Amino acid sequence: MSSEPILKVVNLTKHFGGIKALNNVSFDLHEGEILGIIGPNGSGKTTVVNSITGFIKKTGGKVFLRGKNITRKAPHQIADMGVTRTFQIMRPYYSLPAYKNLVIPLFSPRAKRTGGWRGGGRLGDRNTVGIDILEEIGFERDSYVPYKTAATLPTGYLKRLELARCLALQPDIIICDEIFSGLSMSEIASMVPLIERLQMDGITLIMIEHRLRELFRVANRTMVLNFGEKLMEGQPDEIMANDRVKEAYFGSQDIEEVMTHA
Amino acid sequence: MVNEQRRQERIDRGIKVRSDGIYALMSYKELSYLIMPRLVLICGLLILPLAVPDMYWQRVISITCIYALLAVSFDFLAHHVGLVSLGGAFFVGTGGYLAAIMNTSLGLPPWLTIPLATLLGGALCTLMLWPCLPLRGVYFAIVSLMYPLFMARVIEALDIFGGTDGIMGIDSFSTRWIEQYLIMGLLLAILFGIRRLTTIDLGLVLRGVKDNDQAIRASGMSVTYYKSVAVFIASAVGCLGGACLVHIYMWSGISQFALDFSILPIAATVIGGAGTLIGPVLGCLILVPISELLRDFGTLRIVFYALILVGFIIFRSEGIMVYGARKYHQFERWTKI
Repeated sequence: MSSEPILKVVNLTKHFGGIKALNNVSFDLHEGEILGIIGPNGSGKTTVVNSITGFIKKTGGKVFLRGKNITRKAPHQIADMGVTRTFQIMRPYYSLPAYKNLVIPLFSPRAKRTGGWRGGGRLGDRNTVGIDILEEIGFERDSYVPYKTAATLPTGYLKRLELARCLALQPDIIICDEIFSGLSMSEIASMVPLIERLQMDGITLIMIEHRLRELFRVANRTMVLNFGEKLMEGQPDEIMANDRVKEAYFGSQDIEEVMTHA
Repeated sequence: MVNEQRRQERIDRGIKVRSDGIYALMSYKELSYLIMPRLVLICGLLILPLAVPDMYWQRVISITCIYALLAVSFDFLAHHVGLVSLGGAFFVGTGGYLAAIMNTSLGLPPWLTIPLATLLGGALCTLMLWPCLPLRGVYFAIVSLMYPLFMARVIEALDIFGGTDGIMGIDSFSTRWIEQYLIMGLLLAILFGIRRLTTIDLGLVLRGVKDNDQAIRASGMSVTYYKSVAVFIASAVGCLGGACLVHIYMWSGISQFALDFSILPIAATVIGGAGTLIGPVLGCLILVPISELLRDFGTLRIVFYALILVGFIIFRSEGIMVYGARKYHQFERWTKI
């Protein structure tokens, strides 16, 4: 972990008018790890994603990908370099069948170069590759789920479809914006091994979450944001033990009590 | 008895289900179910010039085809890429003037000026519309409406390209049969070409630009690039129409930037069926001849024209093609709830 970080964020700052959504947030992301980002509502978690991936202009700060400055790059250029994201509010192409949703990212220059997920540099027929990715990520091929229109799919599948869209690019980093939110316990339970498998495949992940119990199962390290400031980062037990985090995130309540009601 | 309620339900015809995909090859019945509608359109269009009585109406058919080209281009941009274009007049004018200049100044024959004006015009229109492509919202519509007005005033004020008189003495097509069947062939080729384009992978990406441009960005593709590809295709089709038009009229003038070329294709798309591509062609086949027939009414022409349009919008707001396709593929029945 001491080697050069794959993603280095330095003094990231974003102001919306007078509101300081992010204030000098810095962190490193090391190759192959899962970094969790937590924080109360409005603490700037999604703004971190939007800033890193170029969807909003930063007020200040720098972002380096493998030592290369990507601060001023456009969203599609950043995605092309291997940093992909999911959206908190799912954004599938509703009118298209699930597998056609993947034909679109597979048409991108990066997918043509990399061959899509596990493509090994050669991109086969896009429809087939799309269905293969979907099957890999939990769409039951035999029950024709990949052929159903995205508008008819339940939330659990749409969340997976968001991940699949990232995987189609054969990404180095996936930034998941609340991928567990809105899912039932059993859906989350089946999502966790999937995240672990992505990590074993060598993909580095940032996970923004409210579901702490599940996040702490997969995350190697967790960072806490509050009012756009970085409070701390560390292991789950360190975070749970920290008084400032308790204060900011859980009010002054006892953390164990919050966790049992979560 | 009072509580008995009924509801109309629509069910796909058996033959539609049977002729989906590879099963279409099972029998001549299924095959003809698929081929007949296309054949009717193609043959209908090809017979049209032979069926009409005089030269005046043959000319109307040529003009109808040019409007149809514009309508297909509008429908493609608006409903398959998500860019509402009011630039039909801009495309026609640009293509028309380019063809006219190449024909009169450089002495190029029509079979060279038309393809050149199509490609050059498409590139020129795309370049001029390019600044508003990164923006979402109404900007594209407004700027595309601004250009034809702008171009007409520039030509008038600077007295270039013949000023208000226009460019005269342009070569016509050698016979009127060539004129008619060339334009008709181009219309059919472009109609089926664009229909095909919307189903291939590039077409899916363009549809993605319409549905969800953020996801396109997140997938590593430049939305502006794909929008400009689509605008090039659509404006090239419009310029092709304009280039044919000046060779039909043997004259190119400011009236080619008239807003009729922007508005009529939109009206045709509304009554024909948005997003169907064929519908707008049918819409033009109805609207343009009606507008000619109504010439007898003098100044009341526009009133009747508007009444017909409003009638279509109220009674068949989904569009002729959508309605027709539904009747062809499905049957309706009443069921008790």
